[in-house]
This record gives sequence, C-alpha cells and structure tokens, in this order.
Amino acid sequence: MPRFLLTRVSSGLMVLLLVCLFTYLVFFALSPDPAVQICGKNCTPELIDQIRGNLGLDQPFWTQFFLFVVGIFAGRTYGDGAGAVECAAPCLGYSFQSSQAVWDMIVQRLPVSATVAIGAAVLWLLAGLVGGLLSAVKEGTFLDRFTTGLTLTSMSIPNYVLALVLQYVLVVQLQWLPFPQAVRFADDPVQWFLNFVMPWMVLAIGYAAAYTRLTRANVLDVLRENYVRTAYAKGLPQSLVWRRHALRPALTPIVTIFGMDFAGLLGGALITETVFGINGVGKMAADSIARNDQPVIMGVTLLAGFLVVVGNMVVDVVYTAIDPRVRVNA
Amino acid sequence: MTSPQTDLTAATAGGAGADDTAEAPAATQAAGAVQAGAGGTWQALRRDVGAMLGLGYIVLVTLVAIFAPVLTSISGWTPYEFDQTAIDPNLGGMPIGPWGGMGAEHWLGVEPGSGRDIFARIVYGARVSMSIALSATLLTTVLGVSLGLLAGYFGGRVDLVVSRVMDFLMAFPALIFMIAVLSALPASNRSTLLVVVISVFGWPYLARVVRGQTMSLAQREFVEAARAAGASGARIVFREILPNLRSTIIVMSTLAVPGFIGTEAGLSFLGVGVVPPAPSWGQMIAASVKWYAVDPAYFLVPGMCLFLLVLAFTVLGDRLRAVVDAQEGR
Amino acid sequence: MTTDPMLLEVRDLTVTFPTPRGPLDAVKSLDLDLEPGGALGIVGESGSGKSMTSLAIMGLQPRAARRTGSVRLRGRELVGMSEADLRRVRGDRVAMVFQDPLSSLNPYYTVGLQIEEAYRAHRPGVTRRAARKIAIAALERVHIRDAAVRVNHYPHQFSGGMRQRVMIAMALSTEPELLIADEPTTALDVTVQAQILDLLQEIRRETGTGLVLITHDLAVVSEITDHIVVMKDGVCVERGAVEQIFTDPRHPYTQALLDAVPRIDDEIGELRAVVPDAATTSPATENTATENGGPA
Repeated sequence: MPRFLLTRVSSGLMVLLLVCLFTYLVFFALSPDPAVQICGKNCTPELIDQIRGNLGLDQPFWTQFFLFVVGIFAGRTYGDGAGAVECAAPCLGYSFQSSQAVWDMIVQRLPVSATVAIGAAVLWLLAGLVGGLLSAVKEGTFLDRFTTGLTLTSMSIPNYVLALVLQYVLVVQLQWLPFPQAVRFADDPVQWFLNFVMPWMVLAIGYAAAYTRLTRANVLDVLRENYVRTAYAKGLPQSLVWRRHALRPALTPIVTIFGMDFAGLLGGALITETVFGINGVGKMAADSIARNDQPVIMGVTLLAGFLVVVGNMVVDVVYTAIDPRVRVNA
Repeated sequence: MTSPQTDLTAATAGGAGADDTAEAPAATQAAGAVQAGAGGTWQALRRDVGAMLGLGYIVLVTLVAIFAPVLTSISGWTPYEFDQTAIDPNLGGMPIGPWGGMGAEHWLGVEPGSGRDIFARIVYGARVSMSIALSATLLTTVLGVSLGLLAGYFGGRVDLVVSRVMDFLMAFPALIFMIAVLSALPASNRSTLLVVVISVFGWPYLARVVRGQTMSLAQREFVEAARAAGASGARIVFREILPNLRSTIIVMSTLAVPGFIGTEAGLSFLGVGVVPPAPSWGQMIAASVKWYAVDPAYFLVPGMCLFLLVLAFTVLGDRLRAVVDAQEGR
Repeated sequence: MTTDPMLLEVRDLTVTFPTPRGPLDAVKSLDLDLEPGGALGIVGESGSGKSMTSLAIMGLQPRAARRTGSVRLRGRELVGMSEADLRRVRGDRVAMVFQDPLSSLNPYYTVGLQIEEAYRAHRPGVTRRAARKIAIAALERVHIRDAAVRVNHYPHQFSGGMRQRVMIAMALSTEPELLIADEPTTALDVTVQAQILDLLQEIRRETGTGLVLITHDLAVVSEITDHIVVMKDGVCVERGAVEQIFTDPRHPYTQALLDAVPRIDDEIGELRAVVPDAATTSPATENTATENGGPA
C-alpha cells in the first residue's frame, strides 16, 4: 500500500508540474507582451518596465519557469533595491495591481469558498442520494418519472440564470431573504447564514440532479448483479439485501466523483460567487479576469489544479479503505 | 450507408461464429443493425413527446440563427442600433413600458441603458451559441473518435500515449484553465479560440468510450474475419468498427452539446467569451446582473432561451440514449 | 401432504415474459420429479430456459416475468406462496449455486460474512461467533485449507475453483434438502471442473441432499445425475435415465447434443466449443454413466 500511494503521489505531482508548465506557457510564451498583460488595464510605462525587470522576462523561457517553480517552494524576491517586492514561500506569483502576493490573497478568501462549497456539498449529497434511492426503489412509477424530469430540468438551468431568478423571487419579490450584506459570522450570524443560502442552493441544484441520476443508475445496475440474486437465493430479507448488498456497491463509486466535484468547487465557483457578491477565491478570479490581473488568474488556476490533484489522491486513499478489491491488490 | 461489403462480412461472421448462440446473431445483425437500428431509433424517438419537443426547439433556434438577418429586417432593428426613445434617461436608462419595453416596436423589449433591441440580440446571439456549440461538438467528435479508435485498435504504445494524455486532460482544472487561456490570449477571433479550447478539453470523454468499445469490437468475429480476409487496418477501422460505434457517437455527441452551450455562455458571462458588441446570450445575462431587481425581463428573456436550448439538447440526448440502450439490450 | 414422497414435484411450470411482440414463454409446461436424495440433470443450450427453470423453482424469476403452474417441495406448494414464506424456503431448504462464482459473491464482503448471513437468516438468535464457527466448518467441509484464516478473505482473493467451493459451502451451511446448481463448472478450468464435480458427488453421498444440476454439458450430468431432462426453447424434449439417454436418444436435438460431446477418436473435437475438455471427460463419461445407472 505505501508503494501504491507513492505512485499516486508522484503521478499527482507530475500533473501539477504540467499544469504549472501549461499555465506558464500560456501566460508568458503565448501572450504578445507579458509585462503589459500582467500590468493590467491601469498601467503606466514605468510600471511595465519595472515588471519586465522584476520578472526577468528578458531571460529564456525555461529559466523563467524554473524560477517560478523554485519560488513556489522557496519563495522569491522580485527585483532588487527599493523596488523589490517580497513573495514568501508558497509564491504563486505577485499581483502588481493590488500589490499583494497571490498566495496571501488566496488564503484570505479560501475559508469563504470552503463555506460555500461545504454547504452546497451537504445539500447536494442529501438531495442526490435520497432522490436517487427513491427513484430507484420506485422505478417506473410516476415518482421516478417526475424525478427524472426534474433532474433533467435542474441540470439544464445555467447557474447564473438560476441565481438571478432566485434573487429576484426570494429577495426582491417575496422578501424571504435579505439582500446579501458583507458581515462577519461573529457580528451577525443570522445574516451571515442567510447570505449563503442562495449560493448553496444554486451550486447544489445541478450537482444534486447529477447525483440523483448517478445514484439511481448505480442502484439499478447493482440490483441486476449476480451477487444480489445470490443474496435473495440465500433467503435474506429484502431490506437486508438492499442495505448490505445493493447500497454499498452502488454508493462507493459516488465517493470518487464527489471528491473531484468538491475539490473543483473549492477554487472554481467563479460564477456563483460573482453573482452573489461572495468574496471567495472564485470571485477574486472573476474580478481578476475583468481587471486582467494575470498573476492572480494564474495563481488560482494552479490552486485549482492542486485541489483537483489532492482531491484525487484523497479519493484514492478513501477508496482503498472502502473497496476491499483495491485494498488488497495494491 | 450499409455497403454490401459489410453485409457480406457480417454474414461470414454469422456462419463462422457458431460457438455461442448469444454472440452469433449479434454479430450477424451488427452491420444490418446500423441501418435498421437508425430507422428503428427514429421510429422510437418519434413517439417520445419530450424528444420531439426538444428537437422542435432545436430546429427553431437553428432556423432563427440561420435567418437572423431576415428576421431583424422584419422586426426593424439590428442588434447594434441604440434606440434612445425606448429608454427613460430620468430613470437611469430603464426601458419605457412594462416587461422591459416589450411591444410592437421592440418585440422582446430593449436593453436598459442602451436601448438596443433584445429580439435582434437574441436572434444574433442564437447564431453565436449554436455555431460555437456545434463546431465544438464537431471538433470534439472528430478528435475523440479518431484518437479513441487509434488507441483502441492499435493498442500498445499508441494507446499508452493517448491514454496518458486523456488522463491528464481529465484531471486538469479545465474551466479555470480555459478562462486563463482565453483571458491571456488576444481577443481577436475569440469564437475560433473558444471552439478550440472547449474541444481540447472535451474530446477525452468521448475518446475513452470509443477506445473501450473499439477494443472489444476488435476481438469480435466479424473483425477477425475481415482481418483474415486481408483487409487493411484502415479499412477495418472505418468499414467494420466505425459503423458499429455510430449510435454511441451520436448519443455522446448529442449529450455533449448542452455542456458546450453552457460553457460558451458561462465563459461569455465571465467576459472571456464572445467579445462585445457581438451579442451572445451568456454575455446578455452577465449584463443583466446589474438590472435584475428593476428589469427582470432583461435576464429572463436570454435566460429562458438559453435554459430551453440546453434542456432541449439534454432531453433529446437522454431519450436517444434510452432508445439506443433498449435496442442494444434486445 | 407431508407424506408425499417426492422432494421436488414440478407440474406445468410456465414462465412468461412480456415483450413488445407479445408474451414469450421462456419455460413452457415443464414437469420435473426428484426423489429425496436423487439427482436430476437439466440439459440444454443457452437460451433453452434451463436457468430460468432453476430461478422459477425458487420464485426468483425476474420481476417482469409471470410464473404459473405448480412447484411442490415435499408436497408444499411454492407457487403463490407469500414472499415471507418463500424467503424461509430459499437458502434454508433449497439452496443454489450459480454459474459464475466471482460475480455471484459480493466483492465488498468477506466470504465469512456471506456464509454467516446465509446461516443466520434462517437461524434467528444465532450469535455472530457461533455463525463464524459454522462458516469455518462449512469451508472445511468443501476442503478449503486454513479455513479459519480464509474465512476473513474477500472473494477476489480466491481462485475460481475456490470461489465455487465457497459458494457451495454457503449453500450447504444451512443443510438444505435440495441443492440447485446452475452451470456450477462452466466458468472454471477443466481440471477444476472435475474437482468441483467430485465435491458435489461427495456431498451428495454424505448428506443425502437432493441435487438439480443444470448444464449445457451432457458429460457433466452423466457423471453425477441419474435422470436427465433435455430442454430446448423452454420445452422438455426428452427425459429419461442417464444410460437410456446416452444409448438411445429419441429426439434429434438430444442426438445433436450428444454429438457435441467429443470422443477421444474425434479429431475435430476441439472445434466444437461446447465441451472444452474434450479428451479427458469422455471416458469418464461412459464409466460414470454405467456406474450411476444401477443403484442411484
């Protein structure tokens, strides 16, 4: 098993390095003038010169890339003398527009994004598993067809459209929810919680629909397995056959997908965070796109890549614990 | 499409494959089923209300997209014309009249602030949505099928390379990376860029399935018969294997379209998609965020159009898959 | 009713599936008889309805199917019995062994647990510990070495033949009166096939369990069973004692099946995929046929 983990970790690191390389390529090799790109919209010629010098953009691509990778582990200093800027250890770059290291910007906002992702995940897991199981139990009935229709509809609503509809209906028309206001949990926990209700719903609904379909399909597939037939042939009561022989095999694959989805959401809820004005990593990325603050976009891309890779590894470890076939073979 | 050649080979397979009663008829039907199946699929699909409604809407949007200039010449407004008489400068540019200024002059109202005709923008936006989504689907399908066939049929080192690339791309934080790429690259020719970027990250999902099916088809009697008869690799791949993958490819491609529509709209929503003033539904919704509380029609019109188009493709793909699954289960 | 001498008495058993082209009989008007401790072979190609017959006896036919006719176990009618009562029959008085032991065992649980639950389902109040002992004993009974260790292993840690032994151990843990084995050796290697057949023989001898053996392989049935029912398209086309079927098949289909059993002198035997272990089973076939013909 340690060896198995070692392979996973090394292949994960490989993916990360490639993500790094591709991102770097896109920003520094493909764009016509990286310094102008990095400088952003409100730029002065002096600033451009400073950036060009600081980043060593006159150096060969591989040198630049090497410095960047080293910076992630060891930190780096851009430029020298009075204009030098410090970028501490996990240095994912430096935003010259906001005069802040990208890593610090991310760390400030990650808890918010985590709150959004965790709440949504709880909702969609509950809805998806319950919906999928009910649909499978009642296969072919009105309830099943209704659920199928509902999932197709839910999957088809773009989340920003849903976000606007919800905001218009729940906040403007019905006034069930207050207008979102930036508050800290300690100051006004109720407002804080209510702020997150709509983002949770919006993010959860698409996933809930997908998980409902997945759960339903998995359960129905497993019920056709020979070992379920064996369980009936042994004279086990229906409830035990379902609980022990159908549910566990049907739900295990969902762990894999859940890990990926959750990891993806942590850094990737750009649209939802933007629409609801939630100050997380996603909104930061979206704002950076609008301002053309390239180092931030790149940093978030790397973070997202890191989260997906780590999510994958966590899933693999969890999988070895719940699927005996993987556990022993590895 | 079914050539005498395939029929002949299938018949040979039926004669030679007398070993297993279940396999032999399947092989005999394989080639015939391509034609009979296509007709049967259409017959079954025609009886499905949901699929037909979806198809109807898709056809409608396609026609609207094709005849956009004709439609706007009838309605009297181009998507770029500002109509200052339709908005109220005293109310911050709110459209005059209920429902966002809908009426005989502007059928679907006008944009607040600018007074541009929403109908015209929707009609031209349909062009963008459909052309990008369909081009991306086409490119994804070509890439996915050819690489999947290549990996599945030739195996060995080819398979290793293709599989590695697929694993990498699927573990990649695609959406964020797309945003990063699109924001870094110059804005000229965004549509082509969108198509390319979407396809680069989209093909592995189809290729994975095609690869798997090719591998199992390559073992089948009729393929071995063709090989024994001295058919070349290319001939086997295109004449024997590809026709049998047709339903899979059609189903998966149809199911991919709504994702691409959503991705294009989402990227445009975030401001890295189609460049203004060219109209796109996602971009229209993004512009409507500021106005959602006072002018809900502004987001409802493009929101509904987008939602219905995604839903139409989703339902059509879902029904298509159900029909094909049922036929193959027989 | 209880004095009925027959262990299994099937009359006019019909299993019907609804299809788009109208109802289809997978099994049509089938009669079967099995005395206590007897062994009956049901032979036919895949699709002949023999597997559906075995499931229908237990009331395990697919939900969409309709089962009519009569299935009596020791005179007790199983058709129309409540699901709760049927459950008490399944696994306790009638146990099944399926074709593919890998897919028939749940990969997520140890074989011990899967044997224990079969036992405990019919012996309420038995502790886990007691059930564990039963499971180990059952594994030992089917000659699995280190049963006390193996009981904690998962199905994928066993070889094909060992898995089938586990299935048999599971079936026997409740000491059933009737064992239905549906192609128990088909998924196995030739040498392992012979071992499993030997095991079934041995168990029958020692416990007096009745056996219904379902197979496409006449060579297999002739080794163990004394009576044969030949099925084709859901209908019984021929029935009789083993040696009678082998020496004087009446139905051309039986003749065809017999021809598919390769002989030593059959040069193209290996081309006929029905029996993979061509040369080895053939002499044994005839021996056992005569051996079994007498006493039964």
